[in-house]
Amino acid sequence: MRKLWAKIASFGVMILLLLPELALAAGPKAAPLVIVADTRKFTGWEAWWTNLYNESHLYFALLTIAIIPTIGVLFGVVADLIMSHIGIDLKSRELAEH
Amino acid sequence: MEWLYVLMPIAGVEIFWPGLIILGVGVGVIGGFFGMGGAWMVTPGLNILGFPMAFAIGTDIAHMAGKSLIATMRHGKFGNVDYKLGCVMIVGTVVGFEVGAQMIMWFERLGKVELYVRYMYLVLLALIAWMVFADVAKKRRKEAEAKAAGGEVDKLATGIEWHKTFHKIKIPPMMHFKEAQITCSMWLPIVISFLTGWLAGILGIGGGLIRMPALIYFMGCPTHVAVGTDLFEVMISGLYGAGTYTYKGRTELVAAAIMLVGASMGAQVGTVATKYIKGYGIRIAFGLAVIGCFLSIVLKLIAKAYKLPMFDHMSTALVLGLVAVMSGYIFLKMLAGAKKEVAAKKGRA
Repeated sequence: MRKLWAKIASFGVMILLLLPELALAAGPKAAPLVIVADTRKFTGWEAWWTNLYNESHLYFALLTIAIIPTIGVLFGVVADLIMSHIGIDLKSRELAEH
Repeated sequence: MEWLYVLMPIAGVEIFWPGLIILGVGVGVIGGFFGMGGAWMVTPGLNILGFPMAFAIGTDIAHMAGKSLIATMRHGKFGNVDYKLGCVMIVGTVVGFEVGAQMIMWFERLGKVELYVRYMYLVLLALIAWMVFADVAKKRRKEAEAKAAGGEVDKLATGIEWHKTFHKIKIPPMMHFKEAQITCSMWLPIVISFLTGWLAGILGIGGGLIRMPALIYFMGCPTHVAVGTDLFEVMISGLYGAGTYTYKGRTELVAAAIMLVGASMGAQVGTVATKYIKGYGIRIAFGLAVIGCFLSIVLKLIAKAYKLPMFDHMSTALVLGLVAVMSGYIFLKMLAGAKKEVAAKKGRA
């Protein structure tokens, strides 16, 4: 049984390693052009952001992956607070039918 | 009125930011309610706002990841997400999507593939719409027959019951999915997710539009669980897609973040609305959305075939009109349900 789990785990790790290649091959192909952001128009955080985009797409992607869920959760929680303030029960659902 | 426009750091264009928030709210409400990403609604909207197409898909996927995350969390609290089923389905979805994408690249060499793909999409949408409304009609017939016999139809009864036939396939290992209240062969969700993933790969879409009805009619999930579990899948594929598209430099994070302000709040509204609308109400609204999507593609095909750009504009107007009407309807239903709930609470106190 342990061997089986080890095999399943190693298969899972393999999928995770291969997944980027598989997914990059999927979907509509992006045109082979290099986009460079014009940093001259910006100052402060916007200049830093455009510079990051030009210098490393990897860091840019990692930061995006961190920022997107954070914003989603943040504003989702704000909506939650408003709805629970109104008096809506956000923990259960009574309807139980197809 | 300059303050109403924001300069996108990467794309270098000025965008009317309230438009992004309104679009975000609309697709957020619909996404949270139906359990789908809704790329077919977002792209025409971004186009209208003057968004460069090079960034449209990546930005759409990035905002989709954020809104589906919060909507999945809320659906999870309501007991609408079967995480076990979602995890099993991911395997089939990924493999199926890749097979579909590779097949389409192979077909591209044969030429005219885009047109055939659009026709195939139309056939599929027509089938989904037929399935939804045939199911509703059958359920109503059952109710009428039961009423005539002096009885009542079971609360859990459905119109179309294809899933019962699929559940008879007992290929081991058998699995029980608690939230979905299903016991079936593990291979059933894998095959279904493979097929829906394969179709999504061929059509170049996210797949929520296909997966949600597949979960209902082939797996036998209750509507609310189908919505929640589908959103769980959208969340994972969205986060992954956001990473890969951003790595390719095709995401405008500022636009995605502005959209997300509206979308994450809208998704919560859409999710809470499922509390107040019965499963069959969601199915009917979903069927209407599918018909809207069908018509928008027909208009696009006419525009392309007869070189009439007017039909292209009509298609965009139809999609945006649909977003406005659907999200408005869901919002009003949510308000009415919440009002009733609060009044009932006060009455008990």
